Amino acid sequence: MTTPNLLEVRKLSIRFRTDGGFADAVNNVSFSLKEGASLAIVGESGSGKSVTALSLTRLLPEPPAEIVHGDIVFRGEQVLEMDLERLRAIRGGGIAYIFQEPSSSLNPVYSIRSQIAEAIRLHRPEVKDVDSEIVQCLAAVGILKPEQRMRDYPHQLSGGMQQRAMIAMALSCRPALLVADEPTTALDVTIQAQILNELKRVRTQFGMALILITHNIAIIGGLCDQLAVMFRGEIVEYGDTGSVLQNPQHPYTKALISCVPRLGSKEKRLKTIEYDWLQEA
Amino acid sequence: MVTDFQSPPTQPQAAIFSSPGRRVWQRFRHDKVGIAAAAIVALFFVIALVTGLCAWWGIYFPYDPNATDLALKLKPPSLAHWLGTDNLGRDVFSRMLNGSYISLTVGFIAVAVSLFIGVTIGAISGYLGGWADNVIMRVVDAILCFPTFFLILTAVALLGPNIINIIVVIGLVSWTGTARLVRAEFLTLRESEYVRAARTLGQRSLLIIFRHILPNAAAPIIVTAVLGIPEAILTEASLSFLGFGVQPPQATWGNIITDGKTYLLDAWWLIVFPGLAIFAAALSFYLAGDALRQASETRSEKK
Repeated sequence: MTTPNLLEVRKLSIRFRTDGGFADAVNNVSFSLKEGASLAIVGESGSGKSVTALSLTRLLPEPPAEIVHGDIVFRGEQVLEMDLERLRAIRGGGIAYIFQEPSSSLNPVYSIRSQIAEAIRLHRPEVKDVDSEIVQCLAAVGILKPEQRMRDYPHQLSGGMQQRAMIAMALSCRPALLVADEPTTALDVTIQAQILNELKRVRTQFGMALILITHNIAIIGGLCDQLAVMFRGEIVEYGDTGSVLQNPQHPYTKALISCVPRLGSKEKRLKTIEYDWLQEA
Repeated sequence: MVTDFQSPPTQPQAAIFSSPGRRVWQRFRHDKVGIAAAAIVALFFVIALVTGLCAWWGIYFPYDPNATDLALKLKPPSLAHWLGTDNLGRDVFSRMLNGSYISLTVGFIAVAVSLFIGVTIGAISGYLGGWADNVIMRVVDAILCFPTFFLILTAVALLGPNIINIIVVIGLVSWTGTARLVRAEFLTLRESEYVRAARTLGQRSLLIIFRHILPNAAAPIIVTAVLGIPEAILTEASLSFLGFGVQPPQATWGNIITDGKTYLLDAWWLIVFPGLAIFAAALSFYLAGDALRQASETRSEKK
């Protein structure tokens, strides 16, 4: 028997109750993740990536969300059977999140230091010297002069710095799994590269597992060992990043890969995904 | 790792923009009307505090507000009696000073009561949402249907017109506006990314309300509070004018006017000066509150 998985999601189905009946958001999704491993979930808007990610710690508002069936097992514990106390311990402490919009994810009325301090007090009450812990986390994500920067308020930082601060906040809880939900979508391309580099570095430094959620298939190479392609609430392709990218099986994956523009390509127009064509294929 | 091209220059702007409170003060400072109004408010406050404390120790200035002298009745303003005397020969200036702390006490404490109820109920309603919100808001709507002033009048008439009853009753009927405002703020703020981020960190609901939502809703709450004070002062003055306010011989701005209205044609000073005091206090609170509102509006401002 191999080492037990850190996270295991089995046949998870989630739907939303709406006035017009049920909307199926996620259908029979299964994947697993070992300690320290990394998985990219790629898919277009509305394909169920974020819903899947939020359901890992039951962060979806229920109702209207409803978990129809399935299992989520984190460190051998059934997440769906946990009480609120246990869930709160897992949130942040076991599975930490970073989101797309760093400028609105930070509370404008508190300094970076007090927001990270809150996270540390919540999940690691044993830490005595909170300030030096904050400095350490900020330094780990490449923030210069962390002793000064931590006294800043969110509006005093640039978007890239804010996202670094968010990552530092997630790190400060020492989670076993970091879920990055489109962490670079709101940032410009050069900053994207920096943030992805920071993610890669802290992942090895802190030995965390990573789930990277993105619609941009171009950014996952080199960051994630495994790749799951989601389409209309289902995982249509799942495997090692290299083999999926080189040898895609599902037409949607092929279409997604062909949409990435290439330097030196002769084509005049960028490709988009045509759904008629997908159904024929 | 590419992070830095040269070490950043020293940052003088960090000293200018720091905490949200200080940013509001930075903008408030440049509002001349607001500063003037705030200064008048502060002046009233000092006067009320000093005369209130003096009255506590039995010291009255410049005269005993309740000392009658029929030989001096209905004297116009003079050097001895700056704002004249009333029909019992009492010094109007002394009575107004003595009444000032009643007005401000009623204003502040009634607002504190209404703020406490309004913020609590609005926060619960807005944070919970759903059917709880629906029930609470329909109750608020029902309370809003009552004509507020007559409700206060009836309640004070039934309970007896003393200062504590007046404060409590004003506070109990005036929280609905605050509750609606706080609820609206909470409905928006609970959907905000940083509240979601706090939940993903495993923070408990109560702390999310107090640490993350309430401080962000603080500006509009403080503004309604400041604007609620003149409201309460005017209500107390109206009650006193109708004889349901704080009872004589304790002077209040409202009941000085009531006593004086009989002598309106002969002794204008009995009405004009307390009227001006009410007017000035209410106006300066309103203007200061409005300036505060403008200074705290960060939404139009670029981050």
